[in-house]
Parts: sequence; C-alpha cells; structure tokens
Amino acid sequence: MSNQVAGDPVALTIDALGRKCPIPIIMLAEQINQVPLGAVIAVLADDPAAYTDVPAWCRLKSHKHVGTVELQQGWAIHVRRSY
Amino acid sequence: MDRHRVPRRPRECRTNVMSPATAGGGPRQIGNRCDDGHVAYFDAASTEPMHPAAREALLTALDAGWADPARLYGAARRARMMLDEARADVADVIGVRPDEVWFTGSGTQAVHLGVLGALRGRRRAGHRLVVGAVEHSSVLQAGALHEREGGTVQAVGVGETGRVDAAEFASALEPGTALACLQSANHEVGTVQPVEEAAAACRAAGVPLLVDAAQSVGRVPLPSGWSLLTASAHKWGGPAGVGVLAIRKGTRWRSPLPEDERGGGRSPGFENVPAAVAAAAALRAVSAESAAEAERLFPLIDMIRTRIPALIPDVQVVGEPRERLPHLVAFSCLYVEGEALLIELDKAGFAVSSGSSCTASTLRPSHVLEAMGVITHGNIRVSLSRGSTAHDVRRFLNVLPDVVARLRSAEGVTA
Repeated sequence: MSNQVAGDPVALTIDALGRKCPIPIIMLAEQINQVPLGAVIAVLADDPAAYTDVPAWCRLKSHKHVGTVELQQGWAIHVRRSY
Repeated sequence: MDRHRVPRRPRECRTNVMSPATAGGGPRQIGNRCDDGHVAYFDAASTEPMHPAAREALLTALDAGWADPARLYGAARRARMMLDEARADVADVIGVRPDEVWFTGSGTQAVHLGVLGALRGRRRAGHRLVVGAVEHSSVLQAGALHEREGGTVQAVGVGETGRVDAAEFASALEPGTALACLQSANHEVGTVQPVEEAAAACRAAGVPLLVDAAQSVGRVPLPSGWSLLTASAHKWGGPAGVGVLAIRKGTRWRSPLPEDERGGGRSPGFENVPAAVAAAAALRAVSAESAAEAERLFPLIDMIRTRIPALIPDVQVVGEPRERLPHLVAFSCLYVEGEALLIELDKAGFAVSSGSSCTASTLRPSHVLEAMGVITHGNIRVSLSRGSTAHDVRRFLNVLPDVVARLRSAEGVTA
C-alpha cells in the first residue's frame, strides 16, 4: 500500500481500525486542526460506515476527500484540511 | 427491537399523580393530552397504526367472510363478494380496473412477484433490469436473484437529495432491457422520484415500468404511466399481511411460482378475505382524508427540517426539501451513534427509526444514505402518523437537542 494519494505525503495517520462509527469521524474532527492547512490526514478504518461517512463528513465540513486506498483490512481514507 | 416499547394510547391526565417522566415538574397538561406516559409514534413509514375503519371492517369480515371464496354455497359466495368489493375499492384508489389488481401476502411479496414475473414475461426482450439505486430492499433483492439466475441489473444513481436523474434513468433503458423499477417516493428520506418522466421514457423504449408505491398509496396522489405497481396495506393503516400488485392490461407477466387455482393465477394461496376487506376499508378512509392530512403534516415536517439545524450544531438534514412525502424527514446528528439516539428517544417517549448501521441487523449503513453520499451515523427518520400532533413535534424539538448534547458529551465530543 502506498501512503500517498495524488502525490501528497500524509501528515498524520489516525488509526481507527476496529472502531465503529461515529468514533472514526470523532477522531478525525478532533485531530484535523493538528495538521497544517492543505496537509493530508489518513484515517485507517474498517467499519463500512466509515467508508462513506468520512467522505460525507468532508463534503459537509468543506474539507477535501482526496481518495481512499484499500488496505488488507479496511481502508486508508485521505482527507485534506481546507481551512 | 424488542427493547423498544410498543406505542401506547395516551393515558388520561391525572393531575395529582407524579410519574417518573414528569417528576419534579408535575404532569404537564396540554390541550386534552399530557406527557404522562404518552409515546409519540413517529414511525409511520415502518407501519401505520391500524385505522379504526380497518379494525371495524376486520372484525365484521372475520365473522362474515371466513368461507372459501372459490366455493358456491352462500357463505362462500359472500366471501367472494367481499373480496371482489375490496379489490374494486383498491383498484379505484390506484386508478385501474378491478381485474388489474391482486392481493398478495405482503408488500415485499408483491414486489417479488411483480419484478420476477415481469422479467419472466419479457424473457424474449432481454435480461436487463434497470432499478433506482435507492429502491426498497425487496426490489434490490429481487434484482439480486435475477443476477444469480444469469440476468443483469443496472442501478441508476441518485444525487445528494436521493432523487434519480430522469435523463440518466432514460439512458439506462438500453436494448435488451426487460423491466425498469422506480419507487414513487423514498422510504428513508421521503424524496419523491420523477416517475412520470421515467414512465414516458419507458413507454418510448417499450420497457414496462414497475412502481413501488408503498410509501405513497393512501397519502399522496399516485403518478401515472406505469405498467406495474406495488403497495402494502399496513403502511396505510390496514392490517399486516396484505400486499397489492397491480398489473395493467397488456403487460407481459408470467408467474415465477408454481401454478395455483387461487389468487387469479398471480398470487397463489387461499386469500385472506377479512384482511383484504380491512385493507380496502382503511384505504377508502385514508384516501378521503389524505389531502387534508398532507396539508396538516407537510408544515410539521418543514418545522423539523428548519428548526433542527438551528437548535443542534452539526446536523445534516437529508432528502428533497419540497419534492417530498408530506410526513417524512431524515437527518443525521454527527458524532452520535444511531442506536444510542433511538434508545434515548424511546426513553423520552418517541418511537423513531434509523438508517445507521448499528441499528441494522447487517451492521451495514442504509444503502439509501450511502447512495446519496450523506452522513450515515447518528441517523434518525421521523415519519408522522395519523395520530401525530403539532404538540408531539414541538415536544420532540424540545427534547432532541438535550439528548444529542448528552450523547456527544458522553463520547467526549465538545460541540
């Protein structure tokens, strides 16, 4: 697995594997301000709800869902901090 | 769901009795009801409590309509007459002829028979089934069976409000399409689908259209132009165990089930005459009230749609704001578990449902919310029933912000 999507390095990885929604979203919301503007966070999650809810949260909160990488277990969902 | 209480009738107010729900403030009396033990039933989209007309008709028909409608003696002829009248009544509301309507064992069975029978009848035309991505699971599961048997299924996606794009639906009707399915309105978010445009496209392409109208029959005027339509009596205040399958004359249909002399060759088995009679009685009653009821409920849902984002931070109200069912709204409260919300709202006296994964037996989020690309956790569907009042809705809006705030702080979320 590559830790990059669209060429951007991952500034912070949130390990939410094994955690059910809404926990992965709560972790993302808490930590997104810890990275600089324009930096990418990777949320590792295996709850099927996270697969749709992280991109949906990005749309709602005007952050950018950069892409989702399939892992052996779950996904790495990449989010760029927009503001 | 057994831990959820069954909705009860409002008890009479006893002004000098304290109940746990009102301890401290004493029972509050508003109009002729009070909060003491009253559960506001906001889950009509799952099932509407039985209409009094249905109950009365059911009791009468249990006595008068028990005999075998296929036989020729007096009691049998009476049962046959009652069944025929029920068919005629339902046909009248749906806008078809009585010989185009059949009762099935459920709405789901009506969909299964409708989809699979139409596909069978159109085998020579092709093996392609086109469906909306947010159809009821009964449509999608019939499609899954069709796929396992070698057919193909194309799901037409929806926009963020859950509405199928009519042009995209039309362009999916490629040669070899045997059947297309589009719901009248969505069961989880209330969005009304562009059925008449889809029907025109189907007509032009020579493809029959099946409309799952379970959420609309008895509530809103039905679209026209379809070839098959399905519905479910318990959604309009009839008894459970009665589905409706309407097939317009000239629509090719071949039963996917073994032949049976009963059910007019479409719906096998001994007909449940009393339930059909009760279903028709409820439909007559709710149809007579439907315009006034829609006018009453539409603004109550508007109130929920506009007030909730103002009262609660981080809430996503989903579905079409105007082109929607009058009685239904869904929204998602960020950072809260759907199941926890249901339990807390149940304790506070509200029966609602949720499309969140933790509330589903499959532990997958609702395919409807997924297809819309909206938040699936913390989801609540409010669907008002005949008994729902403005007071119930205001009480809900009073209670919900505190419930959400408590659950968020329990998760360590600082809003």
